[in-house]
Order: sequence, then structure tokens, then C-alpha cells
Amino acid sequence: MAEPLLEVKDLKVSFRTEDGLVRAVDGISFTVDEGEVVGIVGESGSGKSVTMMSVMRLITDPNVIYEGEIVYKGRNLMGLSQDAMREVRGEEIAMIFQDPMTSLNPVYTIGWQIEEQLNEHNDLKKGQARRRAIDLLAQVGIPRPEQRINDYPHQFSGGMRQRVMIALGLSCNPDLLIADEPTTALDVTIQAQILELIKNLKRDFGSAVVLITHDLGVVADIADRILVMYAGRIVEEGNKEQIFYDPQHPYTWGLLGSIARLDRPKPRRLTTITGQPPSLINRPRGCSFRPRCPQAFDRCSVEDPALTAKVGDGHLDACHLSVEDKRARRDATISPELAESA
Amino acid sequence: MAAFIIRRLLWMLVVLFAITVLVFLIFFATPGVDPARQMAGRNPSAATIRSIKHEFGLDRSLPVRYGLMMKHMFISRDLISYGSHTRVIPEVVSATPVTLSLVFGAAVIWIVFSILTGVAAAVLRGTIFDPFLMILALIGISVPVFWLGEVVNLVTQSRLHDSFLFSWVPPLGYTPLTQDPFMWFKQLFFPWLTLSVLYIGFYARVLRANLIETDSEDYIRTARAKGLSERRVLFRHTLRTSMITFVSLFGLDFAVLVGGGALLTEVVFGLPGVGLLTYNSLTSLDLPVIMTTVVYAAFFITLASALVDLVYAWLDPRVRLA
Repeated sequence: MAEPLLEVKDLKVSFRTEDGLVRAVDGISFTVDEGEVVGIVGESGSGKSVTMMSVMRLITDPNVIYEGEIVYKGRNLMGLSQDAMREVRGEEIAMIFQDPMTSLNPVYTIGWQIEEQLNEHNDLKKGQARRRAIDLLAQVGIPRPEQRINDYPHQFSGGMRQRVMIALGLSCNPDLLIADEPTTALDVTIQAQILELIKNLKRDFGSAVVLITHDLGVVADIADRILVMYAGRIVEEGNKEQIFYDPQHPYTWGLLGSIARLDRPKPRRLTTITGQPPSLINRPRGCSFRPRCPQAFDRCSVEDPALTAKVGDGHLDACHLSVEDKRARRDATISPELAESA
Repeated sequence: MAAFIIRRLLWMLVVLFAITVLVFLIFFATPGVDPARQMAGRNPSAATIRSIKHEFGLDRSLPVRYGLMMKHMFISRDLISYGSHTRVIPEVVSATPVTLSLVFGAAVIWIVFSILTGVAAAVLRGTIFDPFLMILALIGISVPVFWLGEVVNLVTQSRLHDSFLFSWVPPLGYTPLTQDPFMWFKQLFFPWLTLSVLYIGFYARVLRANLIETDSEDYIRTARAKGLSERRVLFRHTLRTSMITFVSLFGLDFAVLVGGGALLTEVVFGLPGVGLLTYNSLTSLDLPVIMTTVVYAAFFITLASALVDLVYAWLDPRVRLA
């Protein structure tokens, strides 16, 4: 197999605070191949954004501590100088953010902001950058791009602004596009449009995409592989079919049970995961998910489960339950009605 | 644009009317005010006072008196001071360039140095220089301008005047720019510095706070994600949006100073500006002069706020009119 585009090796990101060291990301490893779409799923505070912000080295908090390696095209990004990192940012790895309403500078036209990025990384004449910006706006589906290029961000709707952000991200043809909850701030119909757009552009531009979301429904359509994160660690990893049809970790079951699905009997009510995520300062002994896990048994409170492949190639999970137990129990969480009728 | 100017002019008229009426009413409601007695000199006879009252229209009703005063100020432009019996408008006209020279020069210094200090402190956050600069700024804000001015005078005019450092400093006073630009500059140099110290401190602190606040905005993160250099992020993105607050503060402070707020500096450095004129007219309860300087100040404040709005719209497209 060819070398992956991005390889994160045992990444740890911690923040020094007055209460102690917050381990936001606690030893995660994964790879992203060229042209692949990887979804990172987990609830707020599970470390998904921090992980990808670390890849871009965009965390400006002076109290941050990094450990581990982030290898991109054979280079360890952690060892790069600020200047070398700037060459990577925007040009090779681009990032789009959650809230399009605040992610664009309000005092410059969108054309200016796209041209700024183009000029930073390419040696372009003034007219060239402008033409490229207009092309990009057309590609992301902004009507009348020749006129809209002179408009300011506040003159666009949320969905249109996210399109502008995507145009900005794709402007230098990056090999990796990181989308940090790109649809969270948008309403549902616009969400679908934006996801469709990312899918099509991924095909046209050939970029790999890392899609961060708390909503499994969002990645269901477009992700090739899915990482489920909990409390700064990956608890399950697999391709789309494995995660949706053979989920191994009780946390993944909880996530699946909390979304409404059309391919299952209509539940009386969606299941929820009770409780709160654990403190990232004092991690509970054993499995981090144990305090909230209805399946927990003695071993869970003593031994921290490792992320290993138990059911098949590339399908990893961090749970002590036996595969038979998992398969027998999971429907009670994911789809209670189906479990009762069986 | 034309509509904006017309609206602003109309607004200026409203402000001027309201403020003159207010000053007029307050003046005549002040206990012990009797302009006729002020003008009549010592031990006047009742007949003299009566004739002065008649001559100046002071025996008429308040609205008529107000009308007369406005007529003398704006139409015949021959308003007479109660105290010195001279015409008021030439006095204000000759005081205006003094104040404008003082305030413009100080403003240039305070803009340049407050931006330098504010940016330096924000960039050097986390090092010893940031608190050092901010304490310096706090000292600048806290030092009273009259004390600072006197100390500067003591040093440059007296104690160290004969040393090579300050031997070039001319005596206190004002020389018009048109008459001798070099002398104008030399005489205003220390007044400029003295007046700007407070504002440098204040603006540097405001700008630093703004820069740090803006730095955590999402669009600054976007700018970094684009791969821009820290310098470009600072000057083209963070500083640019932080200037919006800076400009609105500046407009107000500048207008107040031009309108006579630089009184203390003018007094300490013997500059015959509008502040000094206002101060003297207030101590002698000289209504025509008070009224004229108030109108002058109100004019500059409304003018400055209109200019601030224009700059504001240039800086922030969100407030631009469709």
C-alpha cells in the first residue's frame, strides 16, 4: 500500500490550566489516504477539533503542549518552522470552520479575501487572481460571481458564506481539506446542499477530506472511513459499512441510537447517552466511557481497553466485551423496538 | 453622499439651536447675573443702568433677547462682549488657529505613539514588555496635564534652559504658522507632547485590549489557516478591525479638544486659544463670549462626529448606507 497522505502517530495535546493538565487529545493515531474522506465523530469536547487544529498547528494558546508526530507527505509537521508551516497551511492543507457567519473578515470583500490567499501562495498578476476567484465562486455555486465577488460577507446568507469559505479553502488546490463541523451552524436543507457540494468538489479537486462532526447522519453519506472519538481517544474506527452495520463500541451504539433513521422501525423515542463526558484532567480508571456505559462490567473499571482489531480488517474498537456479547446487546441501545420484536 | 451631508447640516442646526437656548436660559437663571450692572462700571446711577438695559435690549422679554443675541452673532456679526466691550467674533476667530495648531499637532503624536505602544504591547503579550508598557500608559493617563505642563516648563524654561538640551526652547507664547513656521513648531513642541501624553496612554490601552479581543475572532483563525504571515494577520486583519473603536473614540476626543477642552494646556503654556477665552468668559460671566465659544465648540463637535461617521463607514462596510 502506498504511503498515506497524512499519518498521525500517538498525538497528545494537553493544555496547562490552573486546575491541572487538561488532556484534550490523549494518544491517538490514524491515517488519511489520498482522496479519501474520513469522518471524525464525537460529542463536544471529545478532542476532534483540537486534533485537526493541531494538524494545522493553529492552536495559539501558549499553554498548549504537543506530543507525538503528524506526518504529512513524509514530513513531520510538528518539527516544521513557523514559516515552513505557513507554506503548508492554505496551500497543502486547508481548513473550513463551523460558523460561516464569523469566519470571514467583515471588513473586506469576499473577492479580496480569496485573492489574498491566492496571492500568498502563488505568483499571480492582479487580473489572474481575480479571474480564479470568480471561477472558484462559480464552482461552489454562487450565482452571478462576477458581481458577488465585490460584496462583503454580511451581504451573504449563512449557506452562501459557507460556500465562500469552501471556495477559500479550495483556492490553492489543497491535497487535504479539513472541514470542522461545516454544517452545524446551517439549517437542514442547506446542510444537505453543502455536503453535496463538498462531495462533488472532492471529486473534482481530488482532495482528501477530513470531516469533523458530532452527527453520524452527516458522515453517513460521504465518508469512506469513520473515526469515533470519546474523551480525547479513538474508541472505534472502521469503514462506513462497519460502523453503521456492525458497530462494536457501546459509545457508537449510543450515537447511532440517538439519530432518527428511516431504514429502521420508528422508535417510540430516541435513546440518549446518559451522563456527562469525563473530566479530561482526572480521567477515570479503566475505560473512560465506563461511568456512562450500561454494558460495563468489572474488568472495565480496572483495565483500560486498547484499540485493536477484533472483527475484521481495519475495524478497530476499544472495548472489553466479547464480539458475541456486543452483537447480542447492541440492538437494545441502537433500536430498542427492533430488539423487542426479535 | 449629498443626502448624508444635508442630513448632517440639518442635524447641526438642531444641535446649535438647542445648545444656544440651553446656555441662554442657564445664564439668566444663574443667581446674581446682571449684565447691565457689569457693563455700567462702579457705582452706577439707576438711570445709567436703565439706559444700558435699553441699549442692549436687556429690558425686553427673554425670547426677544435671545433673538437679538442670535442676530448679532450670525447676521450682523457685531456681538459685543459685556466685559471688554470689544467685538467677540474677531476674538474667537483669532483664538481658533492657536487651538487648532495645538490639537492637530498633539493628535498626530498621540495617534502614532498610541498605535505603536498598543500594537507592541499586544504583540509582546506574555513577556515583561507588555505590563511595562501598560504601566507606563497608566502613568501617562494618571499624570495631571497642568502638573506635567508646569514641570516641563520648569525644566525647559528655567532649570535646564541654559543646557544644550533645551537652549533652543523659545519663551512661552504663540507665533502663527504663516508668520514663522519654525518658531511655530518650536513653541508648540512641548505643548503637543504634554497634551498627547494622556491620550497616548489611554488609546494604547484601548487598542491593546481591542487587538487581543479581535485576535480570538474566528476570522483571524481563518486568516492564519490561509497561511498568511503573522505580520500580515496583525496589520491587515487584527489591527484593521480594531481601528473601528479607536476611530470613534478619537473623533469625540479630538472634537472636545478643538472645542476648548485643551484649556489647561493652553493656560500652562500661555497659548491664547479658545479654551483660555472660554475660561475667562466663564469667570467674568460674559454671556456673549460664552455663547460664541459654545456655538464654536458645538460646531466642531458635530462636524467631527460627521467625519467620524464617514471614516467609520469606510472602515466597516456593515454600517455603510445602501
